[in-house]
Amino acid sequence: MTPRRKRLIAVIAIVAGVGAAAALATLAFEENLLYFYSPTQILAGEVPQGRTFRIGGLVTTGSVKRSSGSLEVGFIVTDNQESVPVRYTGLLPDLFKEGKGVIAHGHLTESGEFLADEVLAKHDENYMPPEVAESLHMPTPARTTE
Amino acid sequence: MIPEIGHFALILALLFAIAQAFFGLAGAARGQAAWMRASRSAVAGQSVFIAIAFGALAWSFIDKDFSVLYVATNSNSQLPIFYRIAAVWGAHEGSLLLWGLVLAGWSLAVTGLSTSLQPAFRSRVIGILGLISIGFLLFMLTTSNPFERLVPAAFEGRDLNPLLQDFALTIHPPILYAGYVGFSVAFAFACATLIEGRLDSAWARWTRPWTLAAWLFLSIGIALGSWWAYYELGWGGWWFWDPVENASFMPWLAGTALIHSLAVTEKRGLFKSWTILLAVSAFSLSLLGTFLVRSGVLVSVHAFATDPARGLFILVFLSIVIGGALLLYAWRAPGMKSAAGFELAARESFILFNNAFLVAALALILLGTLYPLFMDALELGKISVGPPYFNMVFMVPMLPLLLMLGIGMHTTWKRSRLQPLRNRLLGIAAVALVIALVAGAAVYGEIRPMATIGFVLALWVMGSSLMIPLARLRAGQALPGAVLGMAVAHFGVGVVTLGITGVQSFKIEQDVALAVGDAATIAGYDFRLTALRDVPGPNFVAVEADVLVSRDGETITTLHPQKRLYNSGGNPLTEAGIEVGAARDLFAALGEDLGGGRWSLRLQYKPLIRYIWLGALLIALGGGLAGLDRRYRRAAKAEPALDTASAEVT
Repeated sequence: MTPRRKRLIAVIAIVAGVGAAAALATLAFEENLLYFYSPTQILAGEVPQGRTFRIGGLVTTGSVKRSSGSLEVGFIVTDNQESVPVRYTGLLPDLFKEGKGVIAHGHLTESGEFLADEVLAKHDENYMPPEVAESLHMPTPARTTE
Repeated sequence: MIPEIGHFALILALLFAIAQAFFGLAGAARGQAAWMRASRSAVAGQSVFIAIAFGALAWSFIDKDFSVLYVATNSNSQLPIFYRIAAVWGAHEGSLLLWGLVLAGWSLAVTGLSTSLQPAFRSRVIGILGLISIGFLLFMLTTSNPFERLVPAAFEGRDLNPLLQDFALTIHPPILYAGYVGFSVAFAFACATLIEGRLDSAWARWTRPWTLAAWLFLSIGIALGSWWAYYELGWGGWWFWDPVENASFMPWLAGTALIHSLAVTEKRGLFKSWTILLAVSAFSLSLLGTFLVRSGVLVSVHAFATDPARGLFILVFLSIVIGGALLLYAWRAPGMKSAAGFELAARESFILFNNAFLVAALALILLGTLYPLFMDALELGKISVGPPYFNMVFMVPMLPLLLMLGIGMHTTWKRSRLQPLRNRLLGIAAVALVIALVAGAAVYGEIRPMATIGFVLALWVMGSSLMIPLARLRAGQALPGAVLGMAVAHFGVGVVTLGITGVQSFKIEQDVALAVGDAATIAGYDFRLTALRDVPGPNFVAVEADVLVSRDGETITTLHPQKRLYNSGGNPLTEAGIEVGAARDLFAALGEDLGGGRWSLRLQYKPLIRYIWLGALLIALGGGLAGLDRRYRRAAKAEPALDTASAEVT
């Protein structure tokens, strides 16, 4: 092989590789971008229909209700302007507390209730999820844990 | 008084670092032997004073000196002494100090073990390490002083985050940092080479053991983090593609590519500028990782706004280090042409593929990690990139990589004749396929395409790795550390693949509500809640459950998951009960009191999960064996002149 042909092959290989990586990234991105909405945005109808997304806000004090002995729990998420009821079946994270910030992943039902398949917990007790802080117009404290 | 001594020691350390950098680089440029000597002495001075500063902070924690803001924020008088010491690196300021200490340690090691390097080159390496020290010490002193006083002093500390009060997490940061910071050595070697404008195979031989050492620590650090997340944080998850995890995984990927590419540069004088670029990338990603995790930027880019000085310093520092190295690279790398050629089936080709796949995965993970930050900074909405994205962009390049790994290990440099090995390799592949199908059907009761692919690749890599030492031993040949290390590390890759495939394909998780006496069944195991009681701890009280696990009426074990409430207040903490096994883990975590005498529990069946961490340890062990190869020590003694291969550099 002449050096020129070798270089040509190398260039083609690089272009093909980068192209494949870009295609892979685009494909994986499309499906897996999670958008975040506050209760105000949800009630304003900003959420595209039939999409899963993340809702965030504060758990309204006194809103956590569970039927005795059952894993099913309901609570209300608020951004101090609007509120959305959330339903979830399963274990709540340690850091879930009334009056504290929460992020849940799931979708909106026809009745306007948010059906969560995951309630997020990865933060310490003084930490407020940034999206939540922002929708409440509060400054975020820096995170201190890994 | 002690905190002030610590603060003063930090300032002195900074002065020594400045001397180290100036005399190291200027001494080499002007050929002044006395300056170069001064630079080496400054390394010792800097190390001593950073150690004093570190000791002062540790003492403040041991002494419960709550007049120091950092101590008051991160410890508590009830905190056991072991965790009070570990609390030194429990948050931002202290972990920067640990970073500085580890860097001083690596600098000392390089200075002490590089006596046979050319004096000017050695001096440049030390000078560049000094520059990095200056950056970190300045950052600490101007924006993140761990010795800042709290006036008036707090009566009681706020306590270390309970999640961090755990053995694995106390040793996780130092080991991880040893890895991160260790790449600074490869970085300094790369920059010194660029300054001198020539790269020979001796350079690669020098860099290899240092890179392997850093990579080894990073591997162990990542495995420890994953293990901790599994039993403490994640309710049984072992990897979340969280930005914090990605921050440590990206330098590891770059480092893995680097140790392979270094082999080519040493043995064949090829891939020179690419190797340099990887060395720069590995350290740059380590820096990025340190700052991403500790600066608060991951919480929100707007967190920068709450402390603009910190954010600005980080950006400037990152751009000086990365930008400076890339400028050097742009200036010098074009002169580093590789002359030799190789055939398609040669080892060089396989390592080229290895690098391409690793770097592709790295780039896509970097994209997914930083994309939400950019979107947020540009006010384009709040998004996060879900784990499925990372699973996909990581898995797709890894599958062909594993396939080719099994072949590439047996190739030789320049040209390879795989024909004689063909039958044996095909045999391994066939056996792997049969075992994967039979085991899938017999153990897990079903054959799934993805699980089968994973098992076949895992067994393929393991079998192929075993072939090398076995063949050598049978032929009565010597087994040098480098070859054994390669086989062990690659065997470990197979073991990790086995673990990941098993747990991702066949895990079972279920949330249940149980009263005392009730049982739930998952994967054929009965989990019966037999008792609930209160137990006291040193600085917490806990509710503990007895969960009796049995299978077909035969008792296997009793798990003791706990729900802890720390005296310092705050949220409860879940301690999972785990039965460890070679074939599977059984996992029970206690949720909360649901009322009506029932508690929520999360029960899990985690097949083969142990092999993820076992394999990671084998990978690290392989790195250690390779790094200790006698060749490197012999080379260190016998080769004062670096010019053996510089004829290849045009």
